[in-house]
Amino acid sequence: MVDIAFGPEPGKRPDAAAPGTAYLAATRRKRIYGGLLLVFFVSTMASGFLVAQDRNAGGFLDGLHRLDDFPAEVVSEAWEKSANLPGLMWAHVGSLIETINIAAVSTLLGVLGAGFLALLMTRGLARWPRLIPVLRRVTDALRAIPEIVIALVLIYILGGGPIPAMIAIALHTMGALGKLFSEVAENADLKPVEGLTSVGASWGQKMWFGIIPQVAPNWLSYALLRFEINVRASAILGFVGAGGIGYELKIAMQWGGGRYDQVVAIFLLLFLTIAVIDRLSDRWRARLVQGN
Amino acid sequence: MTTTLTAPMGTPLLATFRKRRLIALGVPALILAYFTYIFFAFDIPGLAQRAKMDNAAILLSDFWSHKVHVTRDNRSGDVQSAVEGEAKGRYPAGTHPDWVIIDGATTTIDLGEGHIVTYDDKGARYVVPGYGTIDIAPDGNRLKLIAPEPLPDWINASGNRISVTTEEGRFTYTRSKVETFRYFAGWELFFFTLESPFHGKSPLELAALALWGDRLDPARSNIAGMAHDIWFNEMWRHGDVAWAIFETMLMAILGTFGAAVISLPLAFLAARNANPLGPVRFALRRIFDFVRGVDGLIWTIILSRAFGPGPMTGALAILITDTGSFGKTFSEAIENIEEKQVEGIRSTGANALQRARFGVIPQIIPVLASQVLYYLESNTRSATVVGAIVGGGIGLMLTQAIQTQKDWEEVCYYMVLIVLMVMAMDSLSGWLRRKLIKGE
Repeated sequence: MVDIAFGPEPGKRPDAAAPGTAYLAATRRKRIYGGLLLVFFVSTMASGFLVAQDRNAGGFLDGLHRLDDFPAEVVSEAWEKSANLPGLMWAHVGSLIETINIAAVSTLLGVLGAGFLALLMTRGLARWPRLIPVLRRVTDALRAIPEIVIALVLIYILGGGPIPAMIAIALHTMGALGKLFSEVAENADLKPVEGLTSVGASWGQKMWFGIIPQVAPNWLSYALLRFEINVRASAILGFVGAGGIGYELKIAMQWGGGRYDQVVAIFLLLFLTIAVIDRLSDRWRARLVQGN
Repeated sequence: MTTTLTAPMGTPLLATFRKRRLIALGVPALILAYFTYIFFAFDIPGLAQRAKMDNAAILLSDFWSHKVHVTRDNRSGDVQSAVEGEAKGRYPAGTHPDWVIIDGATTTIDLGEGHIVTYDDKGARYVVPGYGTIDIAPDGNRLKLIAPEPLPDWINASGNRISVTTEEGRFTYTRSKVETFRYFAGWELFFFTLESPFHGKSPLELAALALWGDRLDPARSNIAGMAHDIWFNEMWRHGDVAWAIFETMLMAILGTFGAAVISLPLAFLAARNANPLGPVRFALRRIFDFVRGVDGLIWTIILSRAFGPGPMTGALAILITDTGSFGKTFSEAIENIEEKQVEGIRSTGANALQRARFGVIPQIIPVLASQVLYYLESNTRSATVVGAIVGGGIGLMLTQAIQTQKDWEEVCYYMVLIVLMVMAMDSLSGWLRRKLIKGE
């Protein structure tokens, strides 16, 4: 065999009498490394947890038995007033629609922006190839800024309401989807673009007729996933003052006892909406990816 | 051309074409209609009235510059200089920046470019080059203003308050006090506050002091003194900020890895090929769905009631939400494995645990690692938001700074730090992913 003819120096060759030693030694070494890594991981997690607990207002064990106090209090009060629930849920449908609208508009704006960004920063498709690195950094930055930062600053300038949340989520969506879209566009077949070039199509026409039809299913699937995420984000932003159902939830929570039926109504509404949207988009995405 | 197509071939083709054209026109029209609806539903026409552009101007100028207030109390005659007018930025009594000269009862403030403000017994004067002298004196209960007529619009005068805004600074006279602001580029007192002996020294001087200079404070070495003064800087609170960033990252790391550790065994129990008990699988899947569906926001609220504010609460909120997501993806990954490897392990007489360890885990490691690392990065962002709600980490500091509505330079600083933190986590998780999955 080649290995024996050109193998290591004599003496460093595997011992023919004990064929498994080298393998066993390697396994043992691997196991020691794995064990050390595990010990390191466990001790880091444990000390991290202790630090976190130390800086927390209440400890883990102290709070554990109180974990169900608040839900129990809320649910029992809501149970007594369960007759109110349908009416209260209906009363909050308006703000729920606002929350969904914020998510939908920002997803739409984000998708449009991300589509442009993605085409402009994909090698082979870019209109101005020199701008590619610049646009990539811009997308990275847009993705890195949490929505809440932009939303809070915009609330100061524009006042409360849905617009700050819309802009904040749209910007973040642009960054997040821009990267994913461009990864999809990189794998697009360039032959249609060549064909369109040969008939003298402009850049816009090449993209619209040559690339968009190829990437549309994947882009749409990512956009739907983003919509799910954005519904949650817009509920959370409402909680910090950007309108919608999150804001109503905050007001009801601050009121405390006596309005827990309202809290439960909003919880239920939010939970049902998120579940329905998740289910619908799951189904639609499965269809998009598998193709009709 | 359509006439040349035979009916059975042409009709479906034309129908497809018609459908496509309808979609190509209909979808943009729908989007446009939706935007129109939103335009009115969100009251965008009213935005111009609601928007406070002066707030935007304050915010933008505060992001990159700061001002020093020189204030005279008109009743006692005391003159006080303070950075940003804050107590913690006040110059020690009797000291002033070198562009403020006090000579008896007369205070001369040089705003640069020939703009001179003088406070004295009679009142105050502001010399604006190219315009003239603005002279203000108290006159009974009112203020008397003498300035070249007509008054320009940057002088705002009413009976008991006169303010002058120029390129160089701002000057306000009321009956109780007279105040001048001078603007400077940059963030004030970023490293050393005014009490620190190191304040106002150039980087070269500081380096010299640190390396071979005499001790400014005999009790401590210069380097220790500098580190102490920066870390406990009252204006910027670098120590607290560092802790807050650490807390936020801790929340993300504990939450993500904790969720991964908890959801892995649960995922085995929820996978069809690993657990034959149907009802258990069904129950677990519904639990995953429930945990995911109840939003992170709601978990955060419930948990902060039980554990109080702090990073542990935030970590637990992230942990619970992600256990649902991980449970779902991990169990799907387990169901999609190649059964042959498990079969091979089984043939050596391995028990269920060994089959899982040597037959299943090696196959799902890439999915597992890439999911966990992807979530680690996105959770760093979530931890900022969760921190703002539960009260911990950089998210809390940021919301507090925004709510006080004046420390915009701090808001800008925190924003930069958050972006850097997220980018650092992003590259860390990308690096780990390459290491683990491609085995480089």
